[in-house]
Amino acid sequence: MNNFQYSRASNVADAIQLLAADPDAKLIAGGTNLIDLMKENVERPSRLVDISRLPLRDIEQTADGGLRIGALVPNSDLAYHPQIEQRYPLLASAILAGASAQLRNMASVGGNLMQRTRCAYFYDTATPCNKRSPGTGCSAIDGLNRNHAILGTSSSCIATNPSDMSVALAALDARVHIASRSGERAVALIDFHRLPGDRPHIDTNLGSGEIITAIELPPRGFAQNYSYLKIRDRLSYAFALVAVAAALDLEGNVIGEARLTLGGVAHKPWRSLEAEAALRGQAATPDHFGRAADLLLQGAAARAHNGFKIELARRAVVRTLMQAARATPQSQAHKKIA
Amino acid sequence: MGDATHDIPERTPVHVIVNGVSHTLDLAPWTTLLDALRDHLALTGTKKGCDHGQCGACTVLIEGRRVNSCLTLAVMTDGAEVTTIEGLAKDGTLHPVQQAFIDHDAFQCGYCTPGQICSAAGLLAEGRARDADEIRELMSGNLCRCGAYPNIVAAIQQAMSRS
Ligand SMILES: Cc1cc2nc3c(=O)[nH]c(=O)nc-3n(C[C@H](O)[C@H](O)[C@H](O)COP(=O)(O)OP(=O)(O)OC[C@H]3O[C@@H](n4cnc5c(N)ncnc54)[C@H](O)[C@@H]3O)c2cc1C
Ligand code: SF4
Ligand code: FES
Ligand code: FES
Repeated sequence: MNNFQYSRASNVADAIQLLAADPDAKLIAGGTNLIDLMKENVERPSRLVDISRLPLRDIEQTADGGLRIGALVPNSDLAYHPQIEQRYPLLASAILAGASAQLRNMASVGGNLMQRTRCAYFYDTATPCNKRSPGTGCSAIDGLNRNHAILGTSSSCIATNPSDMSVALAALDARVHIASRSGERAVALIDFHRLPGDRPHIDTNLGSGEIITAIELPPRGFAQNYSYLKIRDRLSYAFALVAVAAALDLEGNVIGEARLTLGGVAHKPWRSLEAEAALRGQAATPDHFGRAADLLLQGAAARAHNGFKIELARRAVVRTLMQAARATPQSQAHKKIA
Repeated sequence: MGDATHDIPERTPVHVIVNGVSHTLDLAPWTTLLDALRDHLALTGTKKGCDHGQCGACTVLIEGRRVNSCLTLAVMTDGAEVTTIEGLAKDGTLHPVQQAFIDHDAFQCGYCTPGQICSAAGLLAEGRARDADEIRELMSGNLCRCGAYPNIVAAIQQAMSRS
């Protein structure tokens, strides 16, 4: 780990000020991603601005009946919050599918959104990587790419976003609240992360000098018909090969509203409004779910080792939508896939 | 990277209460809690396995919550209460999880054991595990290369039923 200066921010304005004063400074919250990357010399901040004590830990009702979640709420506290368990169980389930109990105790909501890819070349400073060192090339495109993206890739980078929480947040139409010297703004979660394009070193649309203050959930939580299915190489404590967040509003067996987002397949949570529109007004059957999966996976392209993900994702989408339709959501503890 | 352009930061006094004892340490900001415990306080019960959050050997309790001390900067714990494996026994009586690990022979080499036990103590305090599947899932952050998992789960079930 490199030597760095350490400052403890006393309020949000102070954190913004400290960031502005030093372009190589970084915020630190739970530290579970940043410290790891610093130990690998992938991140080398000149200064850490400790925001872990800022008063951004509340979960409050909003005027429209949704919830506002402070950026420093620990992942475990969020997953086990009664309002989240009862009204947004899709979100609780996705969070509990990620990392370990210890890490979830440390990890913050803001840090989870900002966590960086787990591409092994990104972590290995001995190899070229456009995300870590712009312009050096991408080692994964012709290398070991079994875990890499099948959608929205570019010739510069085929990395995936590793967050489980973000997949559920995208499906739930969450918004990210951001503060900076020029005031506050909010952006839809689905527009928060970017595709790699020719600038893969930029993961999100968060500007330098900006800080995430909260996440906002709209009132609608899809608490009846939802499921989060995460497929990985071992049953727990592993990143997704493919993950699916599905939520339905059903009248009898007919679909009103549908939400469908994939994780583990792209540089951001992958959602298609077209696939969701195709489900509206249809019967909740495997055939219709298969058609939605095809729409969601339109344009999927494999590299040498990750072709299996396309069929896996298709089947996982159908299975997750069936779980949602039957109101038998995937349990994150009892691993049998219903 | 210790750039010449950046001043080498000063050491910072860090006040921590470890196993009920108050300490003020003079630490560089990049010292992890794990290294502070082992190298500065000679509390070597807490183990370094991967040093990257992937094995759980370094698990300790901060304010009663289980965390990975390898991914925690000591300076960020200033003012906090930390409990390590050395602090679980009270007045010469083993913590129920410690006793259960002995009763169930829940280890082989023992390297993962301090982390397993601290993690299980955190699990009991959280009160989220009700059956063996849930114990397995909520203990998945603690790897055991010796594969003592069946006995670890049995030990935790014993400690759960008695607490
Ligand atoms: C072994 C291991 C397994 C894991 N498995 C999973 C998994 O299966 N699924 C999953 O989703 N995650 C997984 N994780 C990742 C974990 O969820 C993230 O590390 C965690 O959510 C990051 O949160 P943090 O608060 O610790 O972030 P930090 O490490 O403190 O920060 C991460 C980044 O976010 C920035 N940041 C933090 N807070 C803010 C803010 N408020 N505003 C702007 N920027 C901010 C920091 O500057 C930094 O760049 C795993 C991690 C490990 C180590
Ligand atoms: S896929 Fe992206 S992160 Fe991985 S080596 Fe290529 S450029 Fe780097
Ligand atoms: S040493 Fe901390 S998790 Fe392995
Ligand atoms: S007892 Fe040897 S690693 Fe667990």
